[in-house]
Amino acid sequence: MSAGFPILTTILVAPVLGALAIVLLPREARQTVKYVAAFAMGTALMLALYCYFAYDFVRGGMQFTESVPWVPELGVTYAMGVDGLSLPMVLLTALIGFSAVFSSWGTEERVKEFFVLLLLLLIAGVVGTFLTRDLFIFLLFYELVVIPIYILVILWGSSKRVTKEYAGMKLTIYLLVGSAFLLVGVLALYIQAYPPGERTFLMEGLAAAAALGHLPESFQVPVFFLLLLGFGSLISMWPFHSWSPDGYAGAPTAVSMIHAGVLKKIGGYGLIRLGIAVLPLGAKYWAPAIAALGVVNVLYAAFIAISQRDLKYVVGYSSVSHMGFVLIGIAALNVVGISGAVANMFAHGVMSALFFALIGYLYGQTHTRNMDELGGLAHQMPYAATGLMLAGMASLGLPGLISFVPEFTIFVGAFARFPVLSVLAVAGIVLTALYTLRLLANVLFGPRQVRFDHLPDTGGPALVPLVVLGAVLVVFGVFPALLMKMAGSGVAPLAAILDGIALAARMGGGL
Amino acid sequence: MMNIFDTALQLSWLIPVLPAAAFIVIMAVFRASNFFSAAAAIAAMAASFLLSLGVAAKTLLAGFTRDNPFVLKVTWFEVPGLHIDMGVLIDPLSALMIVVVTLVALLVEIYSLGYMHGDGGFPRFFAFLSLFGASMLGLVVAVNFLQMFVFWELVGLSSYLLIGYYFYKISAREAAKKAFITTRAGDFGLLLGILALQIMFGTLDFASLDTLIPKYVKEYGDAVLTVVALLIFLGPVGKSGQFPLHVWLPDAMEGPTPVSALIHAATMVVAGVYLVARAYLLFHTLPSALAVVAWVGGFTAFFAAAIALTQREIKRILAYSTVSQLGYMMLALGVGSLTASMFHLMTHAFFKALMFLAAGSVLHALHDRADIFALGGLKKYMPLTWAAMGIGVLAIAGIPPFAGFFSKDEILAAAAGVSLPLFALATLTAAMTAFYMARMFFAVFYGQPRWDEAHEHPHEGPWPMRAVLVVLAALAVTSGAAGYFLHFGEWVRFGPPHHAGIDWAIAGTSTALSVLAIGAAWLLYGSGRWSPDTVAAKAGPLYTLSFHKFYVDELYLWFDRTVVDSLGRILAWFDIKVVDGVVNGCGRLAEAGGDRLRRLQTGQVQHYALIFFAAIFLLVVWMAAAGPAAAKAAALWGGAGL
Repeated sequence: MSAGFPILTTILVAPVLGALAIVLLPREARQTVKYVAAFAMGTALMLALYCYFAYDFVRGGMQFTESVPWVPELGVTYAMGVDGLSLPMVLLTALIGFSAVFSSWGTEERVKEFFVLLLLLLIAGVVGTFLTRDLFIFLLFYELVVIPIYILVILWGSSKRVTKEYAGMKLTIYLLVGSAFLLVGVLALYIQAYPPGERTFLMEGLAAAAALGHLPESFQVPVFFLLLLGFGSLISMWPFHSWSPDGYAGAPTAVSMIHAGVLKKIGGYGLIRLGIAVLPLGAKYWAPAIAALGVVNVLYAAFIAISQRDLKYVVGYSSVSHMGFVLIGIAALNVVGISGAVANMFAHGVMSALFFALIGYLYGQTHTRNMDELGGLAHQMPYAATGLMLAGMASLGLPGLISFVPEFTIFVGAFARFPVLSVLAVAGIVLTALYTLRLLANVLFGPRQVRFDHLPDTGGPALVPLVVLGAVLVVFGVFPALLMKMAGSGVAPLAAILDGIALAARMGGGL
Repeated sequence: MMNIFDTALQLSWLIPVLPAAAFIVIMAVFRASNFFSAAAAIAAMAASFLLSLGVAAKTLLAGFTRDNPFVLKVTWFEVPGLHIDMGVLIDPLSALMIVVVTLVALLVEIYSLGYMHGDGGFPRFFAFLSLFGASMLGLVVAVNFLQMFVFWELVGLSSYLLIGYYFYKISAREAAKKAFITTRAGDFGLLLGILALQIMFGTLDFASLDTLIPKYVKEYGDAVLTVVALLIFLGPVGKSGQFPLHVWLPDAMEGPTPVSALIHAATMVVAGVYLVARAYLLFHTLPSALAVVAWVGGFTAFFAAAIALTQREIKRILAYSTVSQLGYMMLALGVGSLTASMFHLMTHAFFKALMFLAAGSVLHALHDRADIFALGGLKKYMPLTWAAMGIGVLAIAGIPPFAGFFSKDEILAAAAGVSLPLFALATLTAAMTAFYMARMFFAVFYGQPRWDEAHEHPHEGPWPMRAVLVVLAALAVTSGAAGYFLHFGEWVRFGPPHHAGIDWAIAGTSTALSVLAIGAAWLLYGSGRWSPDTVAAKAGPLYTLSFHKFYVDELYLWFDRTVVDSLGRILAWFDIKVVDGVVNGCGRLAEAGGDRLRRLQTGQVQHYALIFFAAIFLLVVWMAAAGPAAAKAAALWGGAGL
């Protein structure tokens, strides 16, 4: 497979080439810019879909691999490959990237720059973190993402409760500070894992070092903590969450979609790929804290979401709340819980991207995001209303839509390990129903408001995110095996490690 | 003949799938066509009904039982350590339910042809009804708890969509929301219970649990499992409108009347009863859990009847009566008689749907005038509706030979065998039921018209409405006797066959009480011989309590407004002032201390970020070019510099 067509590199390069083409276009060719962007992301999406459905479950493990030594002295390899952990994330990035292009169709100011930044740096950077098997390249892509995010927010964002400058800076500083902790942790790991000359940044190599016993518990515990600070703030773990609602509120639609949809998931992905696979003893040590903070995420953010009136803040806090489920699933430290967490990251990504796409559309039409100023929009916008209903129902975990099975799986995994915390987390489903149904009722239902009568329903390009993401919500909801089989196959290889730490816990008297 | 039934059985998975297909086809293709949307919905439901009949016949012929059911299943999803199926489980219990559900749904859809004629959302209405049918049938044939939960939530969704069908009305919008959230509160318990079962037994399969639970109890005792059963019971409390989660059901009457008949009377609200029946081994094994079921059911039956005594809106009275009758079904399960509960479930489905559709006929004729004291004298204008409602009232009041007589007698007899207080409560409730139903009937159809006779001309609905009333009236008359003479208890049962017999002492007492209650209602509301106002005044605070539904709604509203919303606001304040305050404070501290961060705060971050990016890029190039020595230095520099 490694000798064949470099399909993963193509997924990575497609948006970059698209962006290069846009740079070469004249400034007036605004429509062409958008077509090129759509074509580039369409290509990436097709390839991601191909990988997802061509993945060989029988063989398992990393597939479509590519490997080119880059800095052999340092052990840096341009190593690509995907498995059941990363494929859902890659597909998610492609789905949301593709949709985000269409959600940005109405961009008026500096169209070229917007699409170049959006495509070249942001999407390519995000997808790169999921495609690579090399930790150094992972960090490189992660840093690469920070810059476009900042510029996109302060130039194309909007100011409400906080200014877009504040929102952009808060987001950027959090990402940078988080990455600083990560960098220290990763370097320590790199140095500790092997003696000089044998060192490698390859994740499987580092995991092997852990298996060989090169990483004692006294090392794993503090280093895992560093990773937790970095990945935790990325996944908006309490109390490092407050960039998230402000950041989404300030960001333009496409950035909110990508940020809430996929960027955040790098945190969860990293905690599993690095945290659990490479530092299992550290994970075991910190798991109760992660679970407890996850429950705080779920309940605390849900209560705040209930009190919010700005749609983006409701969805922003809701996304903090949903990440709590992911954290709990990871902290369960069993195959069921972690599979649920992986699947839930995918599910939440699709759902929140659809939410933000539609809020962006409504804001563009009505110029308000305040629920009290909206109402009865189902009269004028039946399609948008259907989309918002789908996103809302997925958010409150309605069976038949994408989030239910992942959440249930998380609960099954977590219940076995943290029964009390799990009960509290399950209570989150009632609170979620409360704020989601309030949002839907206030925005969509109620008497027809004449002042909205001239507003068009979603149509043309604005319909694309609705159809694409809505279809995924339904299809993966009715046939959850499409998602769970992939997530399960990604997590299954961790079973040996997880059994190992469970055994260590028993032998050591444990927690 | 056998072949037809065999085929029906093999195709039983189509029973929920056909209405689901109708939903999809209507939403995708027939959104703009009244004719085709109704045709698709009715055709699908009719096919499901015929299949259900075939399946039921096969069930009787082949002798499927609870312990020996017919099962078809496929894997829905699995991860290592968790495996969930979807499928079809046919035993007498589910066979009965699919017949009742498809029959009532089919009749209500036909009725709606007339009732919803001219409504702007006609195709949407039939789409949602189909979605409901699919979900309800999926629930009924569930092979495990999770499948049941999935469709349980989906019937909740259909109910939400249909209560809020007139989405432009604020009241409908709020009622829909209330229904969803209230039942969600119960589902929280149900989900916890399901999770606990999965953890304890490693399966949610009904058949496997039936063998595992007794072993578990033998080994570990029943304390933990009782908690689990009570958690599970919270789901039915919400869905079947049991106290204290009954508050959503009367508000659900904001939906179109056919919806009230189908979903909020005959089928969906009995899902809770059905769940307890399906998981009956669990409850039956645990005496304290069973006692809770009995008392919650008995109290709800009485409590809702007490509220119904003073309500004025026709559909609300029927709604509280539904809550009360659901209480009876729970009571029956609680005192150990699955047969009585399911028998009453069936007869109630017919006579309550009949009463709702008759009420719909009244509302249709008088433009949604809902207050029974603003109606009156309708007997001569709408004789068919009068007869239909009359049959319904006699059936629910338990007057022989109407359907309710047989099923209610079974419940009372079962209760008498277990607990005297519960039996007394249930008998008292039966008399109250007869009273408030007769009150409604007399106020609407007798006395002087209290509407404008000169300008309004009430008349019977179009043929689909009239035809359905006739069919349901026939069922309300015969289904009880049929069940009795065809030995319902031989088929739908838990444990040994139940030989139905009428306990004449019990039946005689309750019938006599009901007749007396109807007589009192006649004197008060029919003949006008007694003054209802005097009675209300004499009852004083009791009347006020009943009229205000014992202020349970107000209590919840207070809790939501004061506790939940305030907590939300307090945490939001905390988030902005404290959590963010710390972050911003750190920012300011750094600003004071450091030049670099000062620049951050003044909006020069682009530069900083670009420099940062460029630095990383140069670093990589340098490392690639200069080899390991540089790399080591870079690693140190990178670690320290950030």
